[in-house]
Amino acid sequence: MKKLLLGNEAIARGVYEAGAKVASAYPGTPSTEITEYIAKYDDIYSEWAPNEKVALEVAIGASVAGARACCAMKHVGLNVAADPLFTASYTGVNGGLVIFVADDPGMHSSQNEQDTRIIAMGAKVPVLEPSDSSECKKFTKKAFEISEKFDTPVIVRLTTRVAHSQCLVELEDREEVELKPYVKDISKYVMMPGMAKKRHPIVVERMKNLAEYAENSDLNRIEWGDTKIGVITSGISYQYAREAFGDVSYLKLGMVHPLPEKLIKEFAGRVEKLYVIEELEPFIENYCHKMGIKVIGKELLPVIGEYNASLIKEKVFGIKEEKPNNIEENVPLRPPVLCPGCPHRGTYYVLKKLKLTVSGDIGCYTLGAVAPLNSVDTTVCMGASIGMSHGIEKARGKDAARKTVAVIGDSTFIHSGITGLINIVYNKGTSTVIILDNSITGMTGHQDNPTTGYTIKGEPTKQVDLKKLCEAIGIERVRICDPFDLEEFEKVVKEEVSVDEPSVIIAQRPCALLKSVKHSDPLSIDMNKCKMCRMCMRLGCPAIVDRGDHLEINTALCVGCDLCSKVCRFDAIEKAGVSNE
Amino acid sequence: MNNRSIMIVGVGGQGTLLTSRILGDVAVNRGLDVKVSEVHGMSQRGGSVVTYVKMGEKIYSPIVEKNEADILLCFEQLEALRWIDYAKKDGAVIVNTQMIDPMPVITGSAKYPENIIEKIKENYPNTISVPALEMAKACGSVKAVNVVMIGVMARRTGIDREIWLNAIKKIIKPQFVDMNIKAFNMGYEFEEVK
Repeated sequence: MKKLLLGNEAIARGVYEAGAKVASAYPGTPSTEITEYIAKYDDIYSEWAPNEKVALEVAIGASVAGARACCAMKHVGLNVAADPLFTASYTGVNGGLVIFVADDPGMHSSQNEQDTRIIAMGAKVPVLEPSDSSECKKFTKKAFEISEKFDTPVIVRLTTRVAHSQCLVELEDREEVELKPYVKDISKYVMMPGMAKKRHPIVVERMKNLAEYAENSDLNRIEWGDTKIGVITSGISYQYAREAFGDVSYLKLGMVHPLPEKLIKEFAGRVEKLYVIEELEPFIENYCHKMGIKVIGKELLPVIGEYNASLIKEKVFGIKEEKPNNIEENVPLRPPVLCPGCPHRGTYYVLKKLKLTVSGDIGCYTLGAVAPLNSVDTTVCMGASIGMSHGIEKARGKDAARKTVAVIGDSTFIHSGITGLINIVYNKGTSTVIILDNSITGMTGHQDNPTTGYTIKGEPTKQVDLKKLCEAIGIERVRICDPFDLEEFEKVVKEEVSVDEPSVIIAQRPCALLKSVKHSDPLSIDMNKCKMCRMCMRLGCPAIVDRGDHLEINTALCVGCDLCSKVCRFDAIEKAGVSNE
Repeated sequence: MNNRSIMIVGVGGQGTLLTSRILGDVAVNRGLDVKVSEVHGMSQRGGSVVTYVKMGEKIYSPIVEKNEADILLCFEQLEALRWIDYAKKDGAVIVNTQMIDPMPVITGSAKYPENIIEKIKENYPNTISVPALEMAKACGSVKAVNVVMIGVMARRTGIDREIWLNAIKKIIKPQFVDMNIKAFNMGYEFEEVK
């Protein structure tokens, strides 16, 4: 039976069919749905881990214990998991171990556009790269086989367009794979210098064997066409290249690390002009150059952003599409915004009012950086808000600390904020950290986490008590406050930034998109009372609209959160239907 | 001609993902190769969202490029203007008359362009404007805007009405099916008053 599956869904299906038993992950766009779909299969144990490092360690443990295991993450998640990855490469596996990593060229939802192939090269692990959902499933199963055959973790690299495109996939049955026996073997699984020195040559030898395998594997294939032009490509770039070049010859690589030297040479020798089409870094291209093969790639095509067929046509053949119409218009941008009723809006309104420097983090609340909230000063990576606020204090002194706060989401705090907070306590910092506790992992689309009290399957579980956790590491001032109680919240923030010790404010209010959050009737503006001071506009609520001569509330968007009526000094905002209009 | 490229554009939260699922199901039922490309995550938070649906004998790239869309299904006027270059000159441009101000307009740093539909009509003769929000309200829920739009589009694809209705019945939750079929039919029967 053929079914239309998202790339991520096809990966999950592949994990299921491959007989895997354990999956652990931390959510991150564009990888999140892999684990969400895996969780629908009861034959596979699945979980959300607090971060990618833990997720990979869980998968490594399951593999050593004899099960086929996997974990999924976005590209920057692999940085967090790099530590176990580089050494799991040395230990190798017992049950097959596969790591799904989704890169985000074009940065639809990311803070950088790093290329996972580069990390894989450093870690000396093979990388498979599917071009569509069908290959997502096929390559996933292949990855487990390769992992066991060559005693190595295997990375399956996706990009946003593969992860988030639906294509037809033929479904097959699950293959039941028995647990392999676990045999204690410290020379393989205890990586201290004496053992690791013996493992490294094995890893180097393994890469040679994998390169040999790549020469004959059906993961790599040549599609012969006109030999005037040859194109070496992989992943989604293959699809764009097929449309841009048409009936030429292709070397389509499904295994992008290690690369098949002989196959590339053979292909190069039979075509007149050779192009390499790959998004992001010149990975395949540099390899060709190293072999002395002349290829055209990044001299024409960018290392930045996503490709498409028109871009390739334009850069390679100089064909530029004319603008198809006469409509000349400045189209205002539509950047993402905090939703109506979002709890973060209250927090940022207060922080901006107090003119604080805000060390920010990764999540929906990063949107507090842009107009009109203009509140967040910095965002680097998961957890960085806390470490950076401490750095600001150590560079500029306690006066700076009194004008600075760190903001971090509940899930991000557990992911990697807690260590930064321990550092502050230990090193006598006085930072104020605001944990934006909205009871869910928001940006990636509502995943549970250790603070929500539910597992990935929705089963009740122990819930991390953020207040007790902070107290346990030595924070003596932990305050819990509703960010929509603007007066109280402002008072608490003022008090905590001014004290000469570290403090944590837990800004507690659930995400407005949670099903458990009941919305009220929409509000409206009574223009008889409105003085057009536009205080409400400073909240940056998408439901409040400035019509020039008057302000109005879009009742289709308003969730009746009441925040705007709290900032209105003229009592002009009330429940719809109450006003005189 | 079995090859068809469709783009669905709108604002995060307007239900474009459901629309692409229904479209995908319809294409699969016709025995065609299909690719549907969507973007999740950050861009969905009230941002501009675009979904590509391509069907045909063999589809390579999942994305629709400028001048390629046989149908540009627009859930919001400003988004119609943003993506209009992607429609073929003789392609069907279906525009919901709904307007949602983006943040730069809300904060006053940009102006919402005027007379968008007229401008598009001057360049794309095959444009139809649909008061889908009002129609959805008449069916019982503002959330049915997407299905009203599917109805309007369906009649212009030449694909059997039953195939669409089956897809809706299959994909939409049982308790909302009746309301959505009403919305689909209202869209299907819709004629623009010139």
